[in-house]
Amino acid sequence: MAIEVRIPTILRNYTDGAKIVEGSGATLAEVLADLETRYTGIHERIVDEAGLRRFVNVYLNDEDVRFLDGINTAVSDGDVVTVLPAVAGG
Amino acid sequence: MRFESLLDSVGHTPLIGLPRLSPSADVRLWAKMEDRNPTGSIKDRAALRMIEQAEADGLLRPGCTILEPTSGNTGISLAMAARLKGYRLVVVMPENTSVERRQLLHMYGASIHFSPAAGGSNEAVRVAKVMAEEHPDWVMLYQYGNPANSLAHYETTGPEILADLPTITHFVAGLGTTGTLMGTGRFLREHVPGIEIIAAEPRYGEVVYGLRNIDEGFIPELYDESVLTTRYSVAARDAVRRTRELLDLEGIFAGISTGGIVHAALGAAAKAHKEGRKADIAFIVCDGGWKYLSTGAYEGTLDDAEDALDGELWA
Repeated sequence: MAIEVRIPTILRNYTDGAKIVEGSGATLAEVLADLETRYTGIHERIVDEAGLRRFVNVYLNDEDVRFLDGINTAVSDGDVVTVLPAVAGG
Repeated sequence: MRFESLLDSVGHTPLIGLPRLSPSADVRLWAKMEDRNPTGSIKDRAALRMIEQAEADGLLRPGCTILEPTSGNTGISLAMAARLKGYRLVVVMPENTSVERRQLLHMYGASIHFSPAAGGSNEAVRVAKVMAEEHPDWVMLYQYGNPANSLAHYETTGPEILADLPTITHFVAGLGTTGTLMGTGRFLREHVPGIEIIAAEPRYGEVVYGLRNIDEGFIPELYDESVLTTRYSVAARDAVRRTRELLDLEGIFAGISTGGIVHAALGAAAKAHKEGRKADIAFIVCDGGWKYLSTGAYEGTLDDAEDALDGELWA
């Protein structure tokens, strides 16, 4: 299953500069594990023992996965996952 | 309606039904018109509440200087209140903000200290914290962590909405300092079982996320995830499209961040409609479109508007 994953500028050193990469898996955790097989080191920049890192936001089709099932959120073919650092608004 | 002064007239904004934008008679959208505040944005509520709290706490005395990191609206609200109350105001504002915001701040007599575009408001917060250390006599109200910000909405915005719409099922607002959502959300949760509290967060162009390290991110101290039920990230293109739709269908000329909120509200409306549930969805119109005319968001194609807003702090 192909999931489109959008990578923020500060993590593109792990993806040879690619803005968009493809991953596969039935959950977000599986997709991130799959990315790690090709982009070594990216996994621990997004996830730690507790789940998503504090200053990392991950969106499934624009919805924050923390309000779904976190890294265990189910994904399916054609979904878009966006990774972004938390920034201030206001 | 009569008020003793401009400051007394903050809040008490109308809630307006949107029959053309609503999917059916059973799923209705309602706009809370915060552009009707004295300086034209919802930030008047938080700014005034923070100043009055600081006065009550003895932090602010006549002649004091207020310092605040802001991308615009909070600064404009503070500038108006500071002028009427006799304080000096220094705002730290990212340079990638619209020219109208600067003009308004200058008119009200505020001093602007620009922070670099890269990093957006994160940089403004960082710079303001350094300046606060250099000027210990200045008073930083700090909207991101000041409980008076969310209290303003707990005490006024929430009760006003509930009084006008007792059948409310969803509340949708923008996520910046998180003050509106935390305060209004907490109040509504206490009074309306099962209510959905939905955040619409602007997704900016890449320069705004230009941090040096992912651990340098920023989460406002006011933010409490448990108040929300859903959080959407809305791209500039969707925000502009919905801003125009709101004007075309309902005649409301709103700022771009409101378009992002409309996008999330319509998503919730479509879901309720599909599931055959009744819904009364109230959302915030943060400000009018006047301050963003120069950005190009209101003319030309969506592609043009999207290009024009890339790298701008449009919400």
